[in-house]
Amino acid sequence: MASVTFKGATRLYPGGTTPAVDKLNLEVADGEFLVLVGPSGCGKSTSLRMLAGLEEVNEGGIYIGDREVTDVPPKDRDIAMVFQNYALYPHMTVAENMGFALKIAGVSKEERAERVLEAAKLLDLEPYLNRKPKALSGGQRQRVAMGRAIVRKPQVFLMDEPLSNLDAKLRVSTRTQIASLQRRLGVTTVYVTHDQVEAMTMGDRVAVLKDGLLQQVDSPRNLYDTPQNVFVAGFIGSPSMNLVQLPIVDGGVQFGDAVLPISREILAKASGSKITVGIRPEKLSVAEKGLEVDVDVVEELGSDGYLYGRAQLDGTEQNVVVRVDAINHPKAGDKIHLISEPNAVHLFDVESGARLN
Amino acid sequence: MPQQLNITAATAEPALLDLPWHLPLEDWPSENIAALPKGLSRHTVRFAHLNDHVIAIKETLFDLAKREYEMLRKLEKLDVPCVEPFAIINNRTDAAGNDLPAVLITRHLKFSLPYRAMWSQGLRDQTAKRLVDALALLLVRLHLIGFFWGDVSLSNTLFRRDAGKFAAYLVDAETGQLYDSRLSNGQRENDLEIARVNIAGELMDLLASGKASDIDPNAISQRIVDKYHELWKELTAVEVFDASEKWRISRRVQRLNELGFDIEELSMVSDEAGHTVKIQPKVVDAGHHARRLLLLTGLDVEENQARRLLNDIDQFKLSHARPGADEEVLAHQWLSEVFEPVVGAVPSKYTGRLEPAELFHEVLEHRWYMSEKQGGDVELIDAVRSYVSDILANRRDEEALIGSLTTDSISLAEPVPTGLIVVADDDEEGDWRDKV
Repeated sequence: MASVTFKGATRLYPGGTTPAVDKLNLEVADGEFLVLVGPSGCGKSTSLRMLAGLEEVNEGGIYIGDREVTDVPPKDRDIAMVFQNYALYPHMTVAENMGFALKIAGVSKEERAERVLEAAKLLDLEPYLNRKPKALSGGQRQRVAMGRAIVRKPQVFLMDEPLSNLDAKLRVSTRTQIASLQRRLGVTTVYVTHDQVEAMTMGDRVAVLKDGLLQQVDSPRNLYDTPQNVFVAGFIGSPSMNLVQLPIVDGGVQFGDAVLPISREILAKASGSKITVGIRPEKLSVAEKGLEVDVDVVEELGSDGYLYGRAQLDGTEQNVVVRVDAINHPKAGDKIHLISEPNAVHLFDVESGARLN
Repeated sequence: MPQQLNITAATAEPALLDLPWHLPLEDWPSENIAALPKGLSRHTVRFAHLNDHVIAIKETLFDLAKREYEMLRKLEKLDVPCVEPFAIINNRTDAAGNDLPAVLITRHLKFSLPYRAMWSQGLRDQTAKRLVDALALLLVRLHLIGFFWGDVSLSNTLFRRDAGKFAAYLVDAETGQLYDSRLSNGQRENDLEIARVNIAGELMDLLASGKASDIDPNAISQRIVDKYHELWKELTAVEVFDASEKWRISRRVQRLNELGFDIEELSMVSDEAGHTVKIQPKVVDAGHHARRLLLLTGLDVEENQARRLLNDIDQFKLSHARPGADEEVLAHQWLSEVFEPVVGAVPSKYTGRLEPAELFHEVLEHRWYMSEKQGGDVELIDAVRSYVSDILANRRDEEALIGSLTTDSISLAEPVPTGLIVVADDDEEGDWRDKV
């Protein structure tokens, strides 16, 4: 097992003007489950492929443990790319399916049996070692495929959107399986996804990328509670955080016919006459005064509901989402006023997008 | 409900609507299904008759189907041997209104065989080596155009006979990525490593099935790595030589022609003093012999078949040379006096057994064996008759191999209803440790 370090790693495609990955500095601790997340084109897959040795690194370096691997061929990096595309061979037993790659790698029979047994125990496959894959359930088959990677005992697991070819239901259960298995194995894992829910539920830490630049790397809790810029604020969380630009007034910002109080020190940091204010849907509530909103629809989800509406700000329409009580909530067509919980607002500079509070 | 179906297809084929899309592929009635042998697949894949041709249908997620369809179209345009994408169908529901997976439809490649179909003829070491050689060539061609496959295997490839060798076609592009820039060495090496492990696994599985015996999975899977490197070096390596050795340029071109490639663009740089010259092929194009034969005769065949036919045309030219006759005229004379009579001599009931060019190649081989045995020349027409009655009559149809061959499919991603799983009493005999 080992840590993984990107030191100013940059990937510029031939003929390109902006790097696909720009001076990435990132440390993944030994045994950690790190998720790279971001919209398409953000550089997450390129970063993973750089670590795997599939993309050239134009600048900077990559380390696995203390060893620099920047120019080491993929198969000598001691990593395993885990993907769902592993074929299962119908005439070979589960044990053979898991161990055959070791056989061609020249690992001794005793060692093969030992590693296969160890992996089978971790994967709850021990009773099935002498069976053919046809006699297994879908989930067991997937675990056999995982077993193929585990028996190699790599220092690092790499997973690039491994759940993308599964339907929604299976994706959720497999997500849980992979996360719990990784914790049991304790092997450093770098996982790429475009789905922030997947990222938040699986990772010890999550690295958010956009346009080749690392935006923030933090625990899921901290990403949610203190996003470092507007992009992370809007990207993490479902439904998304409400983000509006509000004019600075004495003692705070104007929020409809109310004032959201903000300390003088923070207001002083803002570069313009407005501040980007972010409020999570669960931190807004209906009040006498505040931001006026026309209610479009309320989605009832059983335990709670989400209200979708529109507010007028500076003559433009802004969509607003609010978590509401599942039963007692405003109706479509209502006009309501919203106010935020104190200390629940996220403040960002309009120009730079950087967090102010 | 058929009226809700959403079909995306390059050509409109009304008969598509008559297939039972409201049923899961697994449950399609046998009258719709063409029993073709197939490779190992993660998805449910079945073959069906559509008018006069056969289509391959794969159940998958809509996004994946769309991506693969578009990828196959791109590869087709780049002139890479691959299956032809035909249609995507989504919005499928069963009679009760439950959603069914989207499907990707490709045309079945006539006269192509999956590697597992070689079973029935006993997959021998030599055959396995030729399959791997064909796959190595395909992989080189894919890498030259910037395609990273990601799941190279015998199962994801179809093979056509090619004058004693094989020509490989890409079947599954699900994991592939097409890059504008050239592939990195790491990407190419990774594809090769995937190929090596997959081929070893596939051959070990064949051994485990008892359908093959004298093959060495280790050696054959290593062969793809060696063959690939050999070919890649020939096609892309920089060669530096003394300015007085300019003949080495034409030798390089000739060597690539012999391998079946044309050089479309060659970079040539001499040092400042003009002492040495550095050459490197920049753009190469496969199909050197096939293109030449097409130009001369209009026959569109595989590369080695073309090589074989061109050799026969050369022989013909020697014996029929007359002043003023140019190559094209002689080639057409060969076509009408040699090739067409041989192909035409085959009774129509056997025409589905082999492609015409492959059949011609086999007849030539057969004539050679007959001449050896008899110690003298054998007329072509005698060779054809003997070949048809002694050999072709005993072969199977390969145009669209239909029959009772084993089909194997094991799905990894789909959950299996637990009620159907028999978990008791199906352990293999003996200790698992003996086999691992």
